[in-house]
Amino acid sequence: MSTITETDLHAFADWQLDEARRLRVEAHLAQHAEAAENVRVWREQNEVLRALYNPVLNEPVPQRLLAARAPRARWPYYALAAGAMGLSFGLGWVVHGYQAEQSIATATLPRRAAVAYAVYAPEVRHPVEVGAEQQDHLVKWLSKRLGHELKVPILTQQGFELVGGRLLPGGSGPVAQFMYQDSKGQRITLYVSRRDAEPRDTAFRFSQEDKIAVFYWIDGKLGYALSAEMGRARLLAVATVVYRQLNP
Amino acid sequence: MDSAEIAAHIPRLRRYARALTGDSHRADDLVQDTLERALAKFHLWRRGSDMRAWMFAIMHNVFINQLKARREFALDDAEQAGLEGAPRSDPMEMRDLDAALRRLPAEQREVLLLVGMEQLSYAEASQALDVPIGTVMSRLSRGRERLRALMSGANVTTTTNLKVIK
Repeated sequence: MSTITETDLHAFADWQLDEARRLRVEAHLAQHAEAAENVRVWREQNEVLRALYNPVLNEPVPQRLLAARAPRARWPYYALAAGAMGLSFGLGWVVHGYQAEQSIATATLPRRAAVAYAVYAPEVRHPVEVGAEQQDHLVKWLSKRLGHELKVPILTQQGFELVGGRLLPGGSGPVAQFMYQDSKGQRITLYVSRRDAEPRDTAFRFSQEDKIAVFYWIDGKLGYALSAEMGRARLLAVATVVYRQLNP
Repeated sequence: MDSAEIAAHIPRLRRYARALTGDSHRADDLVQDTLERALAKFHLWRRGSDMRAWMFAIMHNVFINQLKARREFALDDAEQAGLEGAPRSDPMEMRDLDAALRRLPAEQREVLLLVGMEQLSYAEASQALDVPIGTVMSRLSRGRERLRALMSGANVTTTTNLKVIK
């Protein structure tokens, strides 16, 4: 089968093809501008949907949902089975534990960073507020707003140039986002947030937030998250360089 | 713990319900009904099968029943007919995607969200919605085109401007 169907194009946009088929569709797209444009628009729709509704994931779960139980009318029949399975507790205690975990800054850091990546990395005209040509001003400005001196890693050897940066609202205050881009337009963002909690250090951690890979760590008063829509191994190589430059 | 498995899905169910209904209160009603049904029907869940798809299937049934009760299926059709007669002329911004989503027929909105946002495979979406994969694909295709048409005010203007500048 050599024909590429519309189903193939959708499956390509949704990352549902195996490697061999994916390469075939990629070759097809290189020859067919209209199909490539369709795929681009569909992927953009997916990204925007996620960016729009992902914040719901971090909202506290309302009490009435924690108290959800099987409908009372059915208890006489289900009580036995549910009791045996431990369902009669409702959901509250479980979710309480889940939220406690979520409230730890390190758990929300990669998600917030990934959402910020999903929102700004596809941006064509305004990916940053202040461009790399004003790097001194950018760093001074963001350092001042975060109340902490920031450093901007140089990733030229890894093929990434600084595009610039912007200020974002974080969970408890301002956050800085630096954006890099390689010659193919692949973008990486470094998300830096100031922590109010006790200064501490953590090791590298990895989180896959949908299609976005995130390496994150805490260094004293700052939390860092490096995000990109790329393979884990490739991003790790960049993250290692970033980490080394920030901690000489 | 069995209820822990259900509880772990609450944040994602809330995200999907919010996008589906566009209203946080209605969304949480939908989640609550879904959770209650899931707990009541837990003995029907096949251990080892994907619980997320199972929960989405339950939510789909609850959602459809709510729509039928509100007669929103008919409303969607009427809205669709009206829209096609009168295309938008003012450009739509990205943040209006939510508004555009409201103007899709519910069945297209469901597929678009399950696949595009929840990243279910086409097979999982077909299972959750209890329709053949071919139906999933045609709804996905129509939903995406429609969303694009609703958003295209902005896109068309931008493209034209770029061409003029060149």
